[in-house]
Amino acid sequence: MITLHGATKRYGRTTVLDDVSVSFGGEGITALIGPNGAGKSTLLGLVGRLLHPDAGRVDVDGRDVRSTPSAQLAKTLAVLRQDNHIVARLTVQDIVELGRFPHSRGRLTVADREHIDRAIDYLSLDEYRHRFLDELSGGQRQRAFIAMVLAQDTKYVLLDEPLNNLDLRHMTEIMKLVRRMADELGRRVIVVLHDINFAATYADRIVALRDGRIVADAARDQIMRPDVLRAVYDTTVDVREIDGRPVALYYG
Amino acid sequence: MTTVAATAATPAPARTAQPARTGAGVAVGVALVVLAATSLFIGVSDVSPWTVLTGGADERALFVLAVSRVPRTLALLLSGASLAISGLIMQMLVRNRFVEPGTTGVSEFATLGMLVTLIWWPGMALVGKMGVAAVFGLAGTWVFLRIIRAVPTRQLVLVPLVGIMLGGIVAAVTTFIAYRRDLLQSLGQWTQGSFAGVMAGRYEFLWVAGAMGVVGWVAADRFSVIGLGEEFATNLGLNYRRVVAAGMVVIAVSTAAVLVTAGVIPFLGLVVPNVVSLIIGDNVRRSIGWVAALGAGFVVACDILARTLRYPYEIPLSVIVGVVGAGLFLWLLLRRGSRAH
Repeated sequence: MITLHGATKRYGRTTVLDDVSVSFGGEGITALIGPNGAGKSTLLGLVGRLLHPDAGRVDVDGRDVRSTPSAQLAKTLAVLRQDNHIVARLTVQDIVELGRFPHSRGRLTVADREHIDRAIDYLSLDEYRHRFLDELSGGQRQRAFIAMVLAQDTKYVLLDEPLNNLDLRHMTEIMKLVRRMADELGRRVIVVLHDINFAATYADRIVALRDGRIVADAARDQIMRPDVLRAVYDTTVDVREIDGRPVALYYG
Repeated sequence: MTTVAATAATPAPARTAQPARTGAGVAVGVALVVLAATSLFIGVSDVSPWTVLTGGADERALFVLAVSRVPRTLALLLSGASLAISGLIMQMLVRNRFVEPGTTGVSEFATLGMLVTLIWWPGMALVGKMGVAAVFGLAGTWVFLRIIRAVPTRQLVLVPLVGIMLGGIVAAVTTFIAYRRDLLQSLGQWTQGSFAGVMAGRYEFLWVAGAMGVVGWVAADRFSVIGLGEEFATNLGLNYRRVVAAGMVVIAVSTAAVLVTAGVIPFLGLVVPNVVSLIIGDNVRRSIGWVAALGAGFVVACDILARTLRYPYEIPLSVIVGVVGAGLFLWLLLRRGSRAH
């Protein structure tokens, strides 16, 4: 269970996350939605100990993130930020091997290699195994990063806008993979999404943030309503039912 | 998933990279041995391999071999390997391929340290001088890392430009002090790297640089992780600051050890890791051996040229390395220019 107790983060005089208390971990996929600057990425950063809260506390499985050794946390929790820019020339295999680092500390065992092969296989990257990341398309590169996170073999997986800069096909592909990771591998995924229809299609629970606070936290059908979405995004959103699923229309 | 079916139909990727790499490894190894052997038997004194092997060599030849040729060759190998590894590690820490001690002010800071010892503690033992130079080099690395925090790191060329400017300022200060103290000639000794003065008893600190190379090799995976950036490193449970600090020490000590023994050798830490990166990538565990071997080979080859071009006189090694290295650097810049930005 990941629990935030009154977590607050400020940059100068701007409060980006304001006294947030919430728990994750009961559901397979939790989607974080909200307008730009709502604090979604900050929340993930705090949980993933990439940022430190100015007030409050974050616990992962009952242990304070700040006092738990980072190397131990790395076996429980993996976080992938958006817009990963890697300068080093690494192959898909290299990057997935590095994902095993918390377990292997650099010396790969037979078990580590199995995890690596499985992750590469799971993301159907075998063909690109020895290709350098800068030779791949955006979708393939994103799959390589997710394979890295998968090889890390953690209970919790935090993904910050994994659909950024991907085309329709790759967005769907990634979300299906995330769904499979939750269903087949029992991973607990928290994912920041911009497209609420992806959240509605794939997430078990949707948490909406606005101005650093949680404004809605419920299962899909309670969130996918015009009044709720209007309150979150401050713009008119029409919700229609198509094939028994709520679909948000916000294209104007 | 439909893509699974689609990709499964395509043939498996060619995995010929491995044997080709082993072959190249053998070739580099043989070249290194040949170069080192050549370096042993080039010089004004007549030492021929045949007489040494058959035991027919006179005492003088053996003396030259033991006191001058072997130390010089070892010094070249150690310097080349450790400087190239320093460059590789620095490129990982800064996440920029165009940095090395010479393009980040580290060499200049270490030289300033040498000058400081010369002014205030002229009688200091060589090991002390090396220590002071290493501390200055460490400070220089720290200053550089602080400054480039303000520079957008994706500006590939801006980062080394800032480093070269920083080095320029420090070098100017050093030259000014040396001028006022009438020490320009001593300064010239270090700013122009040469192994002409290397003898038994005058090169042993380079084993410390060699040890730093071993540290780099042992911690290779950590430097790979650092090369992914601070967030990836934290996610993988690595203490980012500690590994960066260790890398800084490796860089500063290697630079200082080579500086006190031979002087500044430019471009080496830049060119060698970049060439290796082009061919086999930046997985430090895989590349560090290549970087060390090619760095060592490159320096020995340049030194052989330095000793033979104007035989029986010597050209400073840094001149040869500078010319060859600058050419390679230009090639790298222009070659990468198309997709580096």
